[in-house]
Amino acid sequence: MLSITAKLKNGLAKTKAGLLGNLNQIISKTRRIDENTLAELEEMLILSDLGADTAEQIIAQLREKCKLEAMLEPDEIIRVLKELLIKFLSSSPQARTDFSQYKPFVISIVGVNGTGKTTTIGKLAHKFSGQGHKVMLAAADTFRAAAIDQLGEWAARSGVDMIKPQIGADPASVAFDAVNAAIARNVDILLVDTAGRLHTKVNLMAELEKINRVLGRQLTNAPHETLLVMDATTGQNGLTQAKQFARAVKVSGIVLTKLDGTAKGGIVFSIFRELGIPVKYIGLGEKLDDLEEFDAGLFVEALLQ
Amino acid sequence: MFQELTEKFDAVIRTLKGYGKLSDKNIADSMREIRRVLLEADVNYLVAKNFIADVQQRAIGQEVLKSITPGQLVVKIIHDELKKLMGDKDSRLNFSNRIPGAIMLTGLQGSGKTTFAGKLALHLRKKGRNPLLVAADIYRPAAIEQLKVVGKSINIATYSEESQDPVTICKNAVQYARQNMKDTIILDTAGRLHIDDELMHELENIKAVVNPDEILFVADGMTGQDAVNTAKAFVERLDFTGIVLTKMDGDARGGAALSIRAVTHKPIKFLSVGEKLDQLEIFYPDRMASRILGMGDVVSFVEKAQESFDAEKAARLEQKIFHQDFTLADFLEQLQQIKKMGPLQDLLAMIPGMQNRAMKGIQVDDNALIRVEAIINSMTLKERRLPNVMNASRRKRVAQGSGTSVQDVNKVLNQFEMMRKMMKMMKKGGKMKLGIPGMPSGF
Ligand SMILES: Nc1nc2c(ncn2[C@@H]2O[C@H](COP(=O)(O)OP(=O)(O)OP(=O)(O)O)[C@@H](O)[C@H]2O)c(=O)[nH]1
Ligand SMILES: Nc1nc2c(ncn2[C@@H]2O[C@H](COP(=O)(O)OP(=O)(O)O)[C@@H](O)[C@H]2O)c(=O)[nH]1
Ligand SMILES: [Mg+2]
Ligand SMILES: [Mg+2]
Repeated sequence: MLSITAKLKNGLAKTKAGLLGNLNQIISKTRRIDENTLAELEEMLILSDLGADTAEQIIAQLREKCKLEAMLEPDEIIRVLKELLIKFLSSSPQARTDFSQYKPFVISIVGVNGTGKTTTIGKLAHKFSGQGHKVMLAAADTFRAAAIDQLGEWAARSGVDMIKPQIGADPASVAFDAVNAAIARNVDILLVDTAGRLHTKVNLMAELEKINRVLGRQLTNAPHETLLVMDATTGQNGLTQAKQFARAVKVSGIVLTKLDGTAKGGIVFSIFRELGIPVKYIGLGEKLDDLEEFDAGLFVEALLQ
Repeated sequence: MFQELTEKFDAVIRTLKGYGKLSDKNIADSMREIRRVLLEADVNYLVAKNFIADVQQRAIGQEVLKSITPGQLVVKIIHDELKKLMGDKDSRLNFSNRIPGAIMLTGLQGSGKTTFAGKLALHLRKKGRNPLLVAADIYRPAAIEQLKVVGKSINIATYSEESQDPVTICKNAVQYARQNMKDTIILDTAGRLHIDDELMHELENIKAVVNPDEILFVADGMTGQDAVNTAKAFVERLDFTGIVLTKMDGDARGGAALSIRAVTHKPIKFLSVGEKLDQLEIFYPDRMASRILGMGDVVSFVEKAQESFDAEKAARLEQKIFHQDFTLADFLEQLQQIKKMGPLQDLLAMIPGMQNRAMKGIQVDDNALIRVEAIINSMTLKERRLPNVMNASRRKRVAQGSGTSVQDVNKVLNQFEMMRKMMKMMKKGGKMKLGIPGMPSGF
């Protein structure tokens, strides 16, 4: 099994247009740091989906630092940029989630269509049960064709139980039944799969609120965690997605998937800046163990490759 | 966000409109704003850069300076270029005479291939074809089942084999289709990363054995900067024949459409606009351009305005305003030009920002226009030229002649007076804005 850096780097090395090449070019072209260098770095950030505003903001900070430290050495600037990016993403180090706080600890997984919610649940189930927790899955996506079968396959792969509803059943009632079953079976962590929905669909967002309301009525403070799954290829619309989901349900973290491709997932910078929602996990493939806890340092490293 | 962007774009247009004549610098400033608008819409940075350079080239030319409203023309040029870049006559599916015809769907994971397969089958059946869905995704859990459920919901058969590789499945599907009177097969392949060499090779093999009439690249409309990388890789390996953009029922501005077009030069053939199988649209470059720019339908507005706006008359008017002899007769002429452009409410709706800001709450009544016209028409030529002569009895006569009330006549005269004052101020300010004359509100 490859380490996360190896995986990230692997993906990156495969692209001809790997940015490291560019970066070295940018730096070596000029021995001095000037506005051109900064402009090229800004371009690089924009190409990583940070968005024009955020990229500008970071470059402005970098410009200040350059002035302050009268820094003229080209390789210095990359180090400073890295630091700035890391700081931007994580003003304070995150505490590990304490699953023993609640029993069952309920995690609801939400997001727009096709981002990797169901797959992420499979991976999380594998991870948590590997840590010794008793895990159960609730198939609250009763809408999409064969979604229940899909989750069932992940339950089998990760060796955990799944509450299987009728097709077309009300998702909130599925969640309700799942909580009862989880209590009865002495489950530690309950993962709730929801149908993908665009944040612009008022009725579907209301459905999500209802699921959470039902969970909250049954168990104190449930869901205890709501993870928004976002595809790393997502552009600037990702910020709108995060805003709308956060408005409907209390989103506590992001899972950034498909980072094994060439997309950088830079939209999470804007999301963190505007909403303070941190990235908790990243997805790096379609297999059970292709999930890692988020590490700002490695993420930024991969972004600047 | 959408609102913010629209407002930003309003600002660009307002600046542009403000300029009597565009200097190179004016254009450069506006281009910077437009670059930003494109980036916010997820147009790839390099694509945006090239695009802007092209537009700038065109905007600086003669064409703009000769026109009566240079600023508006720049906006139109931007829109036209966008449209040109994305448009294609060839947005229909092309089938050879071979039976079965084959369409192969490809793309990244979760982009919407399977759903689109169902939509396409439904669409083709409506066109008189007899399609067969082929389950060529053997990797994603329950992917075959998903396609079967999709097929069943629209009563279309699905071909699948449990323990075969995708290439063999597709090859066998061709045979099966022939034997079962299916004239079109739709291959639903597994989502894959463009850098996954092995799986990309699998697609090449499927292409080789089936030789599809169309290979469509199905891309998520919310994709950001990476769209160019994936599209480039897929087109290099497969030379696909068309593009499908999905999830366009959301509020993403869809700049990926432009990026993908720009790097592949393949036509965009469909938009997928929902999870239900009849939510499929053909592609209109026009609408897409407006969507990317985040501006209402400003361009058709500009076009309409330009069509019905007679440059010579406008020049005369400009002179008149300058010499302060703008009369009710000129006002009438202006009104008639506006009327030629279509219902007022429509026109206003096309101006970005009109819906939500300045014009909010203002009732636009086309009958009011007709009323004003009738009033002015009932006035003598002298009265039109010198509205000051309009005493009470003249007002009464005009009201009767036009079938309106004296109050209506008063209103028109007052508004005309206000307009004249405004024009005087404009003249003092040295800024002259022509095109759509300040519409008197609330008449
Ligand atoms: N390469 C890659 N593919 C992934 C990753 N996560 C999910 N996928 C794939 O993306 C596709 C969609 O994943 P799902 O888990 O079905 O996504 P979902 O959000 O549950 O989708 P809906 O329920 O249909 O909205 C599948 O083909 C997955 O195999 C990842 O980290 N990397
Ligand atoms: N809102 C919306 N969802 C879509 C659209 N097309 C597909 N989807 C959803 O996106 C998800 C992934 O679609 P699927 O067809 O399985 O993608 P595939 O992995 O490429 O085959 C599913 O939840 C679909 O219901 C669309 O146009 N609009
Ligand atoms: Mg799912
Ligand atoms: Mg599929």
